[in-house]
Amino acid sequence: MELDIEPNFADTNPKAGVVGQPLTRVDGRAKVTGAAKYSAEYNNVPGLVHGVFKTSDVAKGRITGFDASAAQRAPGVLAILTHQNLPKLAITPDTPEGKKAIGMGVQMGFLPLTSDQIYYAAQPVALVVADTLERAQYAATLLKVQVATEVPTVSYQDPKAKLFDPTKLTVGKTENQPKRGDAQTAFASAPIQLTATYHHAITHHNPMEPGATIAHWEAPDRVTVYDTTQGITWTQKSLSAMLGLPVDQVRVVNKYLGGGFGCKGSTWPHTILTIQAAKAVGRPVKLALTRPQQFTSMGHREDQEQTLRLGATKEGKLLALLHEKTSTTSAWDNYAETNAKIVDLLYDCPHFEAQTQLARANVMTSTYMRAPGEAPGSFAIECAMDDLAYRVGLDPIQIRLLNYAEKDPSTGKPWSSKSLKECYARGAELFGWSKRNPKNGATRAGKTLVGWGMATASYPVHSGQGNARVRLYADGHAVVQAGATDLGTGTYTVITQVAADSLGITPDKIRFELGDSALPSTIVSGGSMAAGTVSSSVYLAAQDVWQKLTKVAVLDKKSPLYQAKPADVEVVKGRLQLKANPSKGEEFAALMQRASMGDVEGIATGRYGAGYESAQAALNASKTKKDDAGEHSMHSFGAHFCEVHVDPELGTVRVTRWVSVVAGGRILNPKTARSQIMGGSIFGIGAALMEGTNRDPNLARYTNASLADYHVCVNLDIPDMTVEFIDEHDPYINAMGVKGIGEISIVGTSAAVGNAIFHATGRRLRALPITPDKVLDAMRQPA
Amino acid sequence: MPADLVTPTDAPQPEDNSRRSFLKLSGGIVGLALAPPLAAQAERLTAYSKTIEGATDLTLRINGQVRTVRAEPRVTLLDALRERLDLTGTKKGCDHGQCGACTVHIDGQRVNSCLTLAVMAQGKEITTIEGLAKGDELHPMQEAFLKHDGFQCGYCTPGQIMSGVACVKEGHAKTDDQAREWMSGNLCRCGAYANILAAVREVAGKA
Repeated sequence: MELDIEPNFADTNPKAGVVGQPLTRVDGRAKVTGAAKYSAEYNNVPGLVHGVFKTSDVAKGRITGFDASAAQRAPGVLAILTHQNLPKLAITPDTPEGKKAIGMGVQMGFLPLTSDQIYYAAQPVALVVADTLERAQYAATLLKVQVATEVPTVSYQDPKAKLFDPTKLTVGKTENQPKRGDAQTAFASAPIQLTATYHHAITHHNPMEPGATIAHWEAPDRVTVYDTTQGITWTQKSLSAMLGLPVDQVRVVNKYLGGGFGCKGSTWPHTILTIQAAKAVGRPVKLALTRPQQFTSMGHREDQEQTLRLGATKEGKLLALLHEKTSTTSAWDNYAETNAKIVDLLYDCPHFEAQTQLARANVMTSTYMRAPGEAPGSFAIECAMDDLAYRVGLDPIQIRLLNYAEKDPSTGKPWSSKSLKECYARGAELFGWSKRNPKNGATRAGKTLVGWGMATASYPVHSGQGNARVRLYADGHAVVQAGATDLGTGTYTVITQVAADSLGITPDKIRFELGDSALPSTIVSGGSMAAGTVSSSVYLAAQDVWQKLTKVAVLDKKSPLYQAKPADVEVVKGRLQLKANPSKGEEFAALMQRASMGDVEGIATGRYGAGYESAQAALNASKTKKDDAGEHSMHSFGAHFCEVHVDPELGTVRVTRWVSVVAGGRILNPKTARSQIMGGSIFGIGAALMEGTNRDPNLARYTNASLADYHVCVNLDIPDMTVEFIDEHDPYINAMGVKGIGEISIVGTSAAVGNAIFHATGRRLRALPITPDKVLDAMRQPA
Repeated sequence: MPADLVTPTDAPQPEDNSRRSFLKLSGGIVGLALAPPLAAQAERLTAYSKTIEGATDLTLRINGQVRTVRAEPRVTLLDALRERLDLTGTKKGCDHGQCGACTVHIDGQRVNSCLTLAVMAQGKEITTIEGLAKGDELHPMQEAFLKHDGFQCGYCTPGQIMSGVACVKEGHAKTDDQAREWMSGNLCRCGAYANILAAVREVAGKA
């Protein structure tokens, strides 16, 4: 048992255990009884008072003064904090040095309440603290803010907007403007040339739980923060930098997270401002964002357009792909989803080129939203491939097989594993694809047009790492710890399963603790990295436990393993035994009791992605190159199949059938995994058909910042869905062989819907969301 | 606020004050649940104040227990539960009746507690997610949600379950499409809809 050669779960646990079984969520009972405590629900913090934001009505301007006379006199008011009196922070993210010190945890390079500038509508301009929520809310309405208003820039489409190349600034030219071969020339001479522009509305994550923070200063230099964050380690680090406190003096807690989808991946202004408010009033403060505030407090997916030029042979073989993206960003940050990556990756194509342009506008910074880049990027490439299939008279699956990438076209590296052909085949079988009428607009159910569409999905295995601790007790129980979060992804459950098999005990004997920065630090639950990283760390920490116990056994005269070489000992289901003679051995409990060991603790760092396969290369690679540092290109793949019914008179589109088949490495729990894939597809169906936040073209304010006006899918929008997984064994990606599945199911989803609408109506709709007005408009045009 | 809203009436009124839906509902099993609880007989002897200003003591009957909470008349039932009674199982997703996360039962009917003032809920039987199980024994709807994985993050779950229980009682879960429609007032952003449907239909099938 040498840890120098990292053990792999597939080798040490060849027989099926609870990993891979459909275990019911271990946190389920707490969730169905209301016992699960979310961030805004720590009411037992002594002396807790309430904070409420006063936000700006205008999108651009300067605060010239406040009239707080009425608000101050309102009953229960403890403080009105503005940029004039907010306790000063050690550092803020609005300088390059500040941003560097604060790290990845804070994405937005501007903190409200630190200057008189207003950059976006609904920007917080004051934080009112009172003894009750209602009194704080009322006092906020009494506060008058005087603003010198300016005319805002609304988006990249605003005539005032100036487009610029962001690669000259933060990202670096080579990373953001990839180029292979000579795409311009290859496109110009291609027998088939397709050029199309795709639009994507602003979308909002809208987790059911709005952002919330409770800040409790337990000492003048020590604060505990209950916060809606997907990454307590990132949050802890960035808060400690901003507060000027050692990292260990900031404790971040999140035991239950009511969804995130990326918007809770970063630390947003309300968290640090609540902490400062608590400092100012000398009492713990709770601040929960209202739903409208959620639209302007934790980012969004940016409004964007992509123009894709596709060159191909007459037979449909790709020759060139040229991708251009234009999107809106905030006044300070150069954030743009990297759509080009998936366009470059999905199909074998010798020539590729991409560029991104941004325009500054009076909006807050957009942010990671479920499959950032892959989701909108796949809409462009997967609609274009569908167009190509029709153009050359091939079935949509056939065109994809014709251009199948046997190695990663963007890097030339072999795949660590790729079961996409199996996904196509199984999906087609489950859906009944072979019965599809190849003609558009030719299938009807009554007066309803019926369409079948499909699309490819893929998501990368990012490089990451994290720590875990396993404490095994002699009585056969274990406590497993990692500072992860479970945003509904099933982390509590799947890690319990991994710990059970790694320790050879049943899941009910294990308590897995997460969501506290006092636990071993690990990666943010984002980028589909958590399951693979945390499971690997826990598995390896268990191996550390066995290594420690083996060392005791071989020294113990009463042990059957006395004087054995540690390398000759294996552990099977909690029993330490000789590899050569398994009958010679004993249970861990007997050994520990004899040695007077109440418990034994193991710790380990688990690596995910390139850092696992090529630790040295990943360590020495630059930040933007870590994912590609391995010898293999690592991705999960999948395929979606969709049936729509389109009412040609009303323009309504209903998704009536759905099949997703995903190859995501080892599936730790098919029950929670199926739910996650369905959920991602539903998220994508929403983006395809109904989701979009509208910014007023003059005032730059959102006009539909509520759940009544921003439409997400409801139960009646969703048909029966079929989800299957392809078995995959991938030894290169991590010790557990797990690829994340949190994001892949939204990739290709909107294209599958759009392709089905194309099949139903003969009309190609390239602006998301595909609402009835757009369908009707298209139906009036010739097919 | 009109003072008569806090005056107890002889019989509970339907949430939407629609006599038609009230008559329809009171005919079935729900009629039993709607019958005034015995405790209300005694409570009715003491007239509620006609006007309320500032914080007063409100008496709420929640999950079979009488709770007293000092709150202003503008306090919603949702905030009374979450902020004053530490019954945080009922969730706030939008505070405007748009998402259903705050669904509770008042006299057996599903109600958005964010659109209900606590003061209006006096003299009525309030059930929250915390009151659904009988001790350690979960309500069949809770069991069905566990079995079918009817949730991910769990934040909409209490509202979905309360809505699901009422949906079955109302007789609105007889077909898949009917249950889908009558459960569409409860948003789930994780997208557990198919599993929620399976749970609600299973319980409806046993009812």
